[in-house]
Amino acid sequence: MTSAVQATSRRGFIKASALAAGGLMVTLYLDSPSAASAQGGTPPPAHIYPPDAFVRILPDGTIAITVNRLEVGQGMQTALPMILAEELDADWTHVVGQLAPAGDVYKDPVIGVQLIGGSCSILDSFQQYRELGARTRAMLIAAAADRWGVGADQCRADKSVVYGPGNRSARYAELAEGAARRPVPAVVQLKDPSQFRLIGTWVRRIDGRAKCDGSQQFGLDLNLPDMLTALLMRPPIFGARVRGFDDRNARNVAGVREIFEVPLVAGSAVAVVANGFWAAKQARDRLAVDWDVSGIEHPDSVQLFAMYKELAGTPGTVAVSVGDAQVIDRIPAPDRIHAEFEFQYLAHAPMEPLNITVRNDRDRAEAWVPSQIPGWEQTALAEVLGIKPEQVTYHVLFAGGSFGRRGTTDSHFVREAAAIAKRLPGRPIKLMYTREDDMTSGYYRPMFVHRVDVGIGPDGLPVVWKHMIVGQSFVLGTGVPQEAVLVKNGVDQLVIEGTADSPYATPNVHVSVHQPKVNVPTLSHRSVGYGHNSFVRETLIDELAMRAKTDPIAYRLNLLKPDAKKFRTSLTLLDQQSAWRHRLPADHASGIACSQYNGTCVACAVDVSIGNGRLRIHRATVAVDCGLAVNPLSIESQMHGGLIFGLTQVLARGAITLKDGRVEQRNFDGYTPPYIKDAPMTVDVHIVPSSDPPTGCGEPPVPVIAPAVANALSALTGKRYRTLPIATI
Amino acid sequence: MPRECGSRPAAHVLNARKAGFVETYQLTINGEKKQVTADPSTPLLWVLRDDLKMTGTKYGCGVAACGACTVHVAGVATRSCVLPIALLGDRPVLTIESMSSDPIGRVVQNAWVSEDVVQCGYCQSGQIMTAVALLKTTRTPTDTNIEESMGGNLCRCGTYVRIREAIKVASRQLAGGGR
Repeated sequence: MTSAVQATSRRGFIKASALAAGGLMVTLYLDSPSAASAQGGTPPPAHIYPPDAFVRILPDGTIAITVNRLEVGQGMQTALPMILAEELDADWTHVVGQLAPAGDVYKDPVIGVQLIGGSCSILDSFQQYRELGARTRAMLIAAAADRWGVGADQCRADKSVVYGPGNRSARYAELAEGAARRPVPAVVQLKDPSQFRLIGTWVRRIDGRAKCDGSQQFGLDLNLPDMLTALLMRPPIFGARVRGFDDRNARNVAGVREIFEVPLVAGSAVAVVANGFWAAKQARDRLAVDWDVSGIEHPDSVQLFAMYKELAGTPGTVAVSVGDAQVIDRIPAPDRIHAEFEFQYLAHAPMEPLNITVRNDRDRAEAWVPSQIPGWEQTALAEVLGIKPEQVTYHVLFAGGSFGRRGTTDSHFVREAAAIAKRLPGRPIKLMYTREDDMTSGYYRPMFVHRVDVGIGPDGLPVVWKHMIVGQSFVLGTGVPQEAVLVKNGVDQLVIEGTADSPYATPNVHVSVHQPKVNVPTLSHRSVGYGHNSFVRETLIDELAMRAKTDPIAYRLNLLKPDAKKFRTSLTLLDQQSAWRHRLPADHASGIACSQYNGTCVACAVDVSIGNGRLRIHRATVAVDCGLAVNPLSIESQMHGGLIFGLTQVLARGAITLKDGRVEQRNFDGYTPPYIKDAPMTVDVHIVPSSDPPTGCGEPPVPVIAPAVANALSALTGKRYRTLPIATI
Repeated sequence: MPRECGSRPAAHVLNARKAGFVETYQLTINGEKKQVTADPSTPLLWVLRDDLKMTGTKYGCGVAACGACTVHVAGVATRSCVLPIALLGDRPVLTIESMSSDPIGRVVQNAWVSEDVVQCGYCQSGQIMTAVALLKTTRTPTDTNIEESMGGNLCRCGTYVRIREAIKVASRQLAGGGR
């Protein structure tokens, strides 16, 4: 179905202008819909946006498409240009993707914040990038029609060329200047999906080659003239302050420039600034800091679990109440499951540790950052430097992973770098985190305790589900802008997601929470609440299926709510594609799990055995329903990677623990994510054919692997696994 | 772990831990002669990245636990984050920047691109350097060979499934004489 799009319907308009070099630039002027709706239909105040915001057609035929999202490996630097290029009928071999700097025009058109997070990029920018492509194409065709004196309807475009009657043709690069002088059409026709030539095909990443020959520059690779490197000696306990320090030995290190105290979001640190990393590190190793830890809570994982379990036995804040949970008391004991689950803190540990480079020019500043939320960070930087956000040029550089770690709401690493740059104006300062800094500086996936009572009916299906969740909220009481959206009746929805929105029909459901304050900074971690909630749900459902002596996929399909459409499609496809489950060797077992995230559903089956007490995953089969598959190759990548990322919390060393206030793991020898031997030998990915609007794939696969593996292990050992990581099988 | 060899003993490095000491080193990086002046304890990684501005080799852990910094030292896959420059001696170093002109490196890079291995890409210089070292000694690696050789290279994006495939693709091309 072809859809007409009227620009003004979105309270925006687009404008084109001629490039000095003779190219076309198309700018979408789009105000935040949330701001607009908040004003009850009054048009929001006009903003001035950069003129070359999204598309540039260069004289050599290159089509440079600006990507309003950080590239962290999820493939947006390929997918968004694909979408625009599709409607533009661009020659894909000449398309390049550029990461946008901080700018209002690059805000997520739905959320109103420039960010990556919540697997929202494709979901929220699919339509935006299609429209941008369609408008640009219409202008190029109009320019060609003008030149030839024919009607636009007599022209067509293909691979960056406009064709007209009588064998006429003109390249986009030749037409760009004329096109830029034309008015931007208010209404454009978008393609019927049956006409797609790029969307839906297997397209390799644009950045594939550069990431194989060492030429791709990440944040940490930035080299600027006169640049200095800074490291921070951080407090041993979150929030501790520097009482004093002895830097005599540190100052003897060749290449050391400055050593001084800087404030942190909580507590303070000592900054060591040097010519390069090794000098800074040598000097930091020689610092003696006297820390003031008085009055500071010393969190301890063992004590926290004890406290959480005690809390779990007391009434909490009610999140969901459907039917009558007291029904549980009337269920005979043999038909009840009482289960308690433990989840540890988890570090994101992206391969590239946090970093940011800032040059403070007093009345201006410039920053180069692998940045998940550039606009907020730009504001934070300006605040520390005492200038206005518009006086800060904020470049977004490629990130060596993030998994949520760079998406802080307090922009703490930006404030740290700004505090250093404030003392040292005029020279670029690169603040680096060592791996130890990255691993011990907090912002973890919170610890959780779940306590669940399930009552089973005579048909083997659950009749009552009573669920208590205890763990920190990183939203509640913080005053961050998302708080109004994410906290409902005192409950952070990120704590309960996966349980509150369970796809399974149960007549009586009661979900409540305790959200204690703990002196450990926590943060979104790829798949957020689903990482623990889906584990609880899917392992319990497996237990119910086993008790009912029903195939775990059949049991789930039978229990799904009528509106759980994508669960149904993905589980059905999984069933078709995992026939291997029924002919496994005797010492193997399969496990099933499924989970959802922001509109995408993933179902997974694993083939597992135990050798020498060690888990071996021979195979994983994945079925995913993410609506229209924009780039199946990239979706497959995300499924592979999401499973392996989600495996971390299962492995013996997949936990961050604290003892007497101190983080016990400092590097990958202590906190050990999956290596190649831990990964499934093969992963086959199957995508549900769909014409629904496309949804994201970064987070959805993460939660399925842990419960699928735990369920398979249960089938092998007869034990139930409710404490992660699984220390002993 | 790198062997100790060359003209400078480990004791020299330890003595140099009195701060402020620097020395000049002659290096052979990707076939080119380079001269750097550095603290003898400086790991090769930081000589490459900070002194020579060759940033293709990555910092991931600093303790030889992740493999992101892997280079070839005299043909051996080596964690450059724990090799003090004073211990390098006259051994030649190859980094990811030279792999496009290395006969096996080129095949491995092409396999990585055709299999669309990379995601964030940060660990992939080290993955490719390790894979090239494997294929230089073992032209047709088994799954076990691959797991053993690649076993210390961490990828948080979880590209292992395609890394396995890409090594097999490269191996087949090398076996077919496609050099």
